[in-house]
Amino acid sequence: MQSRAMAMAALMELLTDQPVIICNGFPSREAQKIADRPTHFYMIGSMGSAAAIGLGVALAKPKKQVIIFDGDGNVLMGMGTLATIGALKPKNFIHVVFDNEVYGTTGNQPTISNVVQLEKVAKAAGYVNVERVREREDLVYEFKDMLKKDGPSMLLVKVNEMVEDAGRVMLDPPDITKRFMNAIQ
Amino acid sequence: MIESDAFVQALQDIGVDFFTGVPDSILGGIIAELMERRLYTPAVREDEAVAMAAGAYMAGKIPAVLMQNSGLGTSLNTLISLNYIYQQPCILIVSWRGQGGKDAPEHLVMGEVMEPFLDTMKIPHRTLTEKTAVEDLRWLAETFMKQRIPVALLITKGVVKGLHP
Repeated sequence: MQSRAMAMAALMELLTDQPVIICNGFPSREAQKIADRPTHFYMIGSMGSAAAIGLGVALAKPKKQVIIFDGDGNVLMGMGTLATIGALKPKNFIHVVFDNEVYGTTGNQPTISNVVQLEKVAKAAGYVNVERVREREDLVYEFKDMLKKDGPSMLLVKVNEMVEDAGRVMLDPPDITKRFMNAIQ
Repeated sequence: MIESDAFVQALQDIGVDFFTGVPDSILGGIIAELMERRLYTPAVREDEAVAMAAGAYMAGKIPAVLMQNSGLGTSLNTLISLNYIYQQPCILIVSWRGQGGKDAPEHLVMGEVMEPFLDTMKIPHRTLTEKTAVEDLRWLAETFMKQRIPVALLITKGVVKGLHP
């Protein structure tokens, strides 16, 4: 199984100027280290909100494809949002969930995503496309496919617990807001 | 009593162009009017509504979130660790259930502590009255623009026309 950082790096190579909302904890720190782009919105708190923030962007900017980099703990915390997305069906919404089955930032306590298959929950809620992948080549193939399709889509990526040595998010939160707003105008 | 359509129009006139939230009976008339105008995106929880509003704001919208005051408790962390620290303003249209101790038991505590609670959370707030409505809306717009944080307009029962007059 690959690490989240490796999977994230593979996806970032396929992205250009799409807005990307990245959930709090290690995912935001790793994304910043791999490639810090002004189109990245790094969450540092408000766990569980990544998909809802992305939904707000997607509804307000229907012509831009919006990408969410989420985690299993985050999705479980804001699971109601899968229903909101499934009901509203934004076509420009791609929800990537890096699933390592633990709360990594707080010391690898187990989540329940080993028994609850989050992409099945998304499908039941009304997501149009859902896929579960493990290997890098499947990940790249399915993500490219989702970039071409109308969503909402969920790509669940099984990853291991390895964490990239990455520091805290460097920018101040108001600067993240301003930079992101300018970049996605 | 303020008509719901006049209230919604007044919000649109100050620039609000993204509405989400979770319903309350006091807000029923306003939400019906927003749905009639196809302006309302329903959320399943108030913290989700607040986060959606933050996304919409960053994508160029002026957002408002409608909720019962119980929803302030639900959305507390999002309001602080997203909107407040990232300077993502939104207008909170909050119904004041439990005001004056006259409501169902589940509303009494929040009804009593809501104003000090908002003060502690550093969320500027004001209670809408028919007499001061124009001024209240102007204050709302100005505070939103100047402070770039969530700002609350409290709606008490009977001030804006509901579904069941």
